[in-house]
Amino acid sequence: MNMSVELGHFALILAFTLALAQAFLGLVGSFTQRDHWMAAARSAVAGQLVFILFSFGCLTAAFLRNDFSVLYVANNSNTQLPMFYRFAAVWGAHEGSLLLWLLILGGWSAAVGVFNRAMSPVFTAKVLGILGLISAGFSLFIITTSNPFERLLPAALQGADLNPLLQDPALVAHPPMLYTGYVGLAVPFACAVAALLEGKLDAAWARWVRPWATVSWLFLTLGISLGSFWAYYELGWGGWWFWDPVENASFMPWLMCTALIHSLAVTEKRGLFKSWTVLLAIFGFSLSLLGTFLVRSGVLVSVHAFASDPSRGLFILAFLTICIGGALSLYGWRANRLKSDAGFAVVSRESFLLFNNVLLVVAAGLILLGTLYPLFIDALNLGKISVGPPYFSVVFLIPMLPLVLLLAVGMHAGWKQAKFSHIKKSLLIALVLAAIFSAVMTMLVFKRFSLLCFIGLIAGGWVLLSAIIEPISRFRAGHSLSPGIVAMSLAHLGVGVFMLGVTTVSTYTIEKDMSLSNGQTAEISGYQFTLIKTEQVTGPNYDAIQGTVKVTRDGKEVTVLYPQKRVYRVRTSPMTEAGIDAHWQRDLFVALGDDLGNGVWSVRIQYKPLVRFIWLGTVIMALGGLIGVTDRRYRAKVVAQPAETVAAPVGV
Amino acid sequence: MRSIIHVLILSLVTGLWFVSAGAVDDAPPFEDAVLQARYEKLTHQLRCLVCQNETIADSGATLAADLRRELRKQLAVGQTDDQVIKFMTDRYGAFVLYKPPFEPRTWLLWLGPALLLLIGVIVAFRIIVKRSRLALKDAESESERDQT
Amino acid sequence: MWKFLLPATFFAVLVGFFFVGLSRDPSQVPSPLIGKPAPAYTLPKVEDPAQKVTNADFSGKKHLVNVWATWCVECRKEHAVLLEIARQNIVPIVGLDWKDDLASAQQWLQQLGNPYVATAFDEEGRVAIDFGVYGAPETFLIDEQGKVLHKHIGSLSMEIWTNEFMPIIQGGK
Repeated sequence: MNMSVELGHFALILAFTLALAQAFLGLVGSFTQRDHWMAAARSAVAGQLVFILFSFGCLTAAFLRNDFSVLYVANNSNTQLPMFYRFAAVWGAHEGSLLLWLLILGGWSAAVGVFNRAMSPVFTAKVLGILGLISAGFSLFIITTSNPFERLLPAALQGADLNPLLQDPALVAHPPMLYTGYVGLAVPFACAVAALLEGKLDAAWARWVRPWATVSWLFLTLGISLGSFWAYYELGWGGWWFWDPVENASFMPWLMCTALIHSLAVTEKRGLFKSWTVLLAIFGFSLSLLGTFLVRSGVLVSVHAFASDPSRGLFILAFLTICIGGALSLYGWRANRLKSDAGFAVVSRESFLLFNNVLLVVAAGLILLGTLYPLFIDALNLGKISVGPPYFSVVFLIPMLPLVLLLAVGMHAGWKQAKFSHIKKSLLIALVLAAIFSAVMTMLVFKRFSLLCFIGLIAGGWVLLSAIIEPISRFRAGHSLSPGIVAMSLAHLGVGVFMLGVTTVSTYTIEKDMSLSNGQTAEISGYQFTLIKTEQVTGPNYDAIQGTVKVTRDGKEVTVLYPQKRVYRVRTSPMTEAGIDAHWQRDLFVALGDDLGNGVWSVRIQYKPLVRFIWLGTVIMALGGLIGVTDRRYRAKVVAQPAETVAAPVGV
Repeated sequence: MRSIIHVLILSLVTGLWFVSAGAVDDAPPFEDAVLQARYEKLTHQLRCLVCQNETIADSGATLAADLRRELRKQLAVGQTDDQVIKFMTDRYGAFVLYKPPFEPRTWLLWLGPALLLLIGVIVAFRIIVKRSRLALKDAESESERDQT
Repeated sequence: MWKFLLPATFFAVLVGFFFVGLSRDPSQVPSPLIGKPAPAYTLPKVEDPAQKVTNADFSGKKHLVNVWATWCVECRKEHAVLLEIARQNIVPIVGLDWKDDLASAQQWLQQLGNPYVATAFDEEGRVAIDFGVYGAPETFLIDEQGKVLHKHIGSLSMEIWTNEFMPIIQGGK
């Protein structure tokens, strides 16, 4: 019996009490102006992080030494599981992933405890107090309903293994990234609630919140993108987005956070949209909590839902009600204090950003509507219905098409009153170029015209070109490029790249399911796929049938792919491991189906043009976010000087 | 059959990360390209019931394979898309349709997005009209601005 | 300012829905066949494949149709309950052996006991599609006119039998 398991559990309980102390000292200390209480709140943050880290370390150690006397380890690991995946298995199921959630919240809180020179100690104490409340709620949730340290006595001789689907390098990075984004939204949330408590919100507030929102956003972007990439090659059907409730649960906070970043720019620059910005900050984190509820309570059917348990669902619902309900009630009570009397012209950067916000929130709203609609119908006893990709992919265009078209122009709009005289010509040239490109792509390259694709490619191309007009013109005029400008241009460039990828791959993918015997060849889009052989191969904890598929084009060999069909020994579930030949302009995708007997196999072959642009686009977006937070003014002391000239359009 | 067992066992024992491996349709494609396109469109719109949240085109469950086979048969004898969809909903209910029909209980679902957009645009216009009548002054006091 | 209270109001409504939603099982899909005629079938009999089982054999009788298979883990648990229901001799139980292997099905009935008056062998799963079956075990209650009165998804227990099925059976008599 290794005592570290009990110590880990104990550390978790200590972390919970420290979170309570942090909440109490921070909030009460700031209202009663007690400096030493507020200072103690900061120490509580540090102490809490140490204990959560210790607790997390204990669980990791239990995985590494195959301690099957711990129920969670016995359920999610195995002696045959490679070392690398034993690390990832820590967050491979419900209990451990919550501990990771808590650890990341501890990390964010500690970061707030360190990087707060620009804000008053009283305000920081409030933010830490609110984060402490959230942390206390979550640790209590883990301790009471989802304890990862629960013992299994007598110990199991062997573990039930990690879900094969999760035995993939991407799993190591996907949840931590996504959670960093999700949980990071707690900081703008706490800041919004603190601002409501203080009843005031100024430009310094907005400037301070911006980098927190941006960093969360960049992690969310990467996390979602990685998840989509993982689904693409691991689920075996070559799709990259299914509008599954779990995916929607991660996409809604992303849309809100994107809106928040833009709204913060207006609040910082012009002191406008204050109550709106606060509401977005609350919505962002609320939607990430809501996602947690939807995924873990079993109220919705999803491809990758966690084990559901009504007591867990009830706990999260109560927590949700307190957190979100509390924040929104406070908003209803205090938001009217956040006023501003600044104006702007009808055509101005403010107007464009306002529409950006409206459209992004409408997008998030319709996803929420579609995701929850089956639940509404069921709760009203109107039967059971499904809402899936055919719904979302159609209605999502309603806000998205106007959004990207406004984006191409809006990037160049100045504050207060926009004049496009100097940029009109460049924008028109960009539009013409995009239209020519789109016509060439649809009519000459893919030779199958589709109106939606034509419009999509124009919009994507226009946004992409429009995003580079600003830095090029500034560079040619001899101005230096501020990180703000580079960040904005890059992020929007990423949007353009992403759109080109999505539009092309969704219109021109060629997918064929067929049966092939050894030596037989199938032709798709000019490529010949020949099944050379199928053989038995053995992995560390799985057995697989591996196909060898030679791909040729015009008689020349392009690549050899090795799609596998694996059966993991412990859970005996079949897994499809696709063979993919990646290229910047297209992927060739081969997945092995079933053995039809006599050496004949069913095979799914796909030709996916520009599919890499989807993930490339998101990486460029995230890179933009990364450059955005390096802006020096975010690190300036108390009253910062705006770094740019007034005329320069700056935003993210 | 194996995958149904697998799905059942997974759901009973672990109930976790409930996914079956991707499917490959092993039936030969229709000779007629139009028919094949209709077939693919329909299989991507119908939900497989055993496998939680997958279309019958992508699911590896045997029920999905059976339904694909049935769909194929029906298209081959000249049934229309509507008839095929009716065949499915008569047996499994509206739950099998990923694209719910437009009927009273889904009015809000289908009209909601446009409604949201409409409300959003109206609110945005009202704000813009109100703000355009106000002075163009800055958030921070003028002295704070560093006009370089 | 009432407009600032809108988000909180909206959220309160959502919480209400979630609370109701927690007590529902989203994977249970009600059958559209309730109140409609049960599908017709003519299939080989598991007990003696030379003979046929058809829905006409049971017209005029209130009966159960129980969908099962030897590969179905839950069905093994349910079997004892079916035997008990058969022993009570209130309504006959017709089996629908779904996508199974004939020899294993016969062996199953021999070893575990046979609660069915007859078991139809649906090798291809075509009749199961007509019944809207999506996962064994499922049990249908069919009335004298061949109309579906009730469907239960998942394995039966004596409790479910007494509380769900008996009131309908007795109510109709």
